[in-house]
Amino acid sequence: MAKPKVAFYWCASCGGCEESIIDLAENILKVIEAVEFVIFPVAMDFKMKDVEALHDREIAVSFINGGIRTEEQEHMAKLLRKKSGIVVAYGACAHLGGTPGLANFFNRDMIFDYVYRKAPSVENPHNITPKPRTAVKQGDLTLPKFYDTVFTLDQVIDVDYYLPGCAPPPDLIMKAIEAILSGNLPPKGSVLAPDKSLCHTCKRKPTKPEKAIIKEIRRVHEVLLDPDRCFLDQGIICMGPATRDGCGERCINANMPCRGCFGSTSRVEDQGAKFLSALASVIDANDENEIRKITASIVDPAGVFYFYSLPASMLRRRRNIANE
Amino acid sequence: MCTGRIDPQFVLKAFEKGADGVLILGCHPGDCHYREGNYNALRRFHLLKKMLDQFGIEDGRFRLDWVSASEAEKFVGVINDMVKKVKALGPLKPAPPLPLSKKKGRGDIQAEAHG
Ligand code: SF4
Ligand code: SF4
Ligand code: FES
Repeated sequence: MAKPKVAFYWCASCGGCEESIIDLAENILKVIEAVEFVIFPVAMDFKMKDVEALHDREIAVSFINGGIRTEEQEHMAKLLRKKSGIVVAYGACAHLGGTPGLANFFNRDMIFDYVYRKAPSVENPHNITPKPRTAVKQGDLTLPKFYDTVFTLDQVIDVDYYLPGCAPPPDLIMKAIEAILSGNLPPKGSVLAPDKSLCHTCKRKPTKPEKAIIKEIRRVHEVLLDPDRCFLDQGIICMGPATRDGCGERCINANMPCRGCFGSTSRVEDQGAKFLSALASVIDANDENEIRKITASIVDPAGVFYFYSLPASMLRRRRNIANE
Repeated sequence: MCTGRIDPQFVLKAFEKGADGVLILGCHPGDCHYREGNYNALRRFHLLKKMLDQFGIEDGRFRLDWVSASEAEKFVGVINDMVKKVKALGPLKPAPPLPLSKKKGRGDIQAEAHG
């Protein structure tokens, strides 16, 4: 029997998700033995036309990482959807928008203005910025259009499963691949990770505050972090209460608070709002001035609470600036 | 409903659905039927207000105030003031339409999958 065809593709991402497949170590050999790759930009030389040449649904499964922020990414996502039986949103950026999704606090003009004009390392005397079309004497040069807003993969195409994480951990990747190859699949729309919060399995949970005790919010570089005590108990923002379990507490074990890359559990629609609520309930102040003071000590609440999930949030983007 | 029951997701949902302003009115501090609900609301409010500002949702669009059942005049005053401010700000700009229109949100699909 022919091996099932598999696509691996990147959109607005850092490349770490594609690397995570390589990080499967010797398990990668099992994967290579079982499947035939049809596109895999980080590792193999296939082109868009190779995908176009396939029949509809000929690819058994496409793992797509990255959010969607250009015309080309939208096109590739739609092409892969058409050619695939199953599409998996692979990693935090495809699932929730990820850190590139923080660009939704800006728009294209603001981003281009900084990146191509204002950034300290840029010299651009002719004021050149990317344009979808540029006429030169040999003809027209084109670039994909850059959107004002980053989208999650499921805001652009129909998605069957979600593999969360920045990047997804090897055990969950292997489990997902095995489930797909054996046809032993959970209901469509499932996030392929446990449906409980990170605090549930965190070894620091015994010291997690149950009542209002925080008088001040501090940042990780301002304190010597206790390696055993719950971060919240140390006045450090940890997204654990609003984040799905399954990563193996990678950050916590490295003595860093959770930033929420697994997204929320199924019972929560907006990860940032859920965390805000959890944080407000452990702040120890009833006096309005004191509350203002503690609130002021949180430098960038939206940026931290939606570190990975801004495009998937209810508000999706900053509203008082131009966006198409 | 007690202000302490107001999940920040309710407020975001209202803005998401097109509200141009959200006004939360609760019992005065010390008068909450559930004792501490309005203090919790106050903490959430300040945090949420700071966060909404980063989303470009201006000051006048989100307000928390204390009005008891017997304060008709204050109630009218607060509402009129809120309406005036929101009118001056105009409609809140919506997020762009999604390329794929879905009947269900991501949350609903997950909820279904996990029962
Ligand atoms: S808040 Fe963070 S450190 Fe505390 S129990 Fe939860 S995951 Fe662990
Ligand atoms: S601790 Fe949080 S941010 Fe770190 S890998 Fe796990 S879910 Fe992601
Ligand atoms: S009952 Fe809690 S604020 Fe009114």
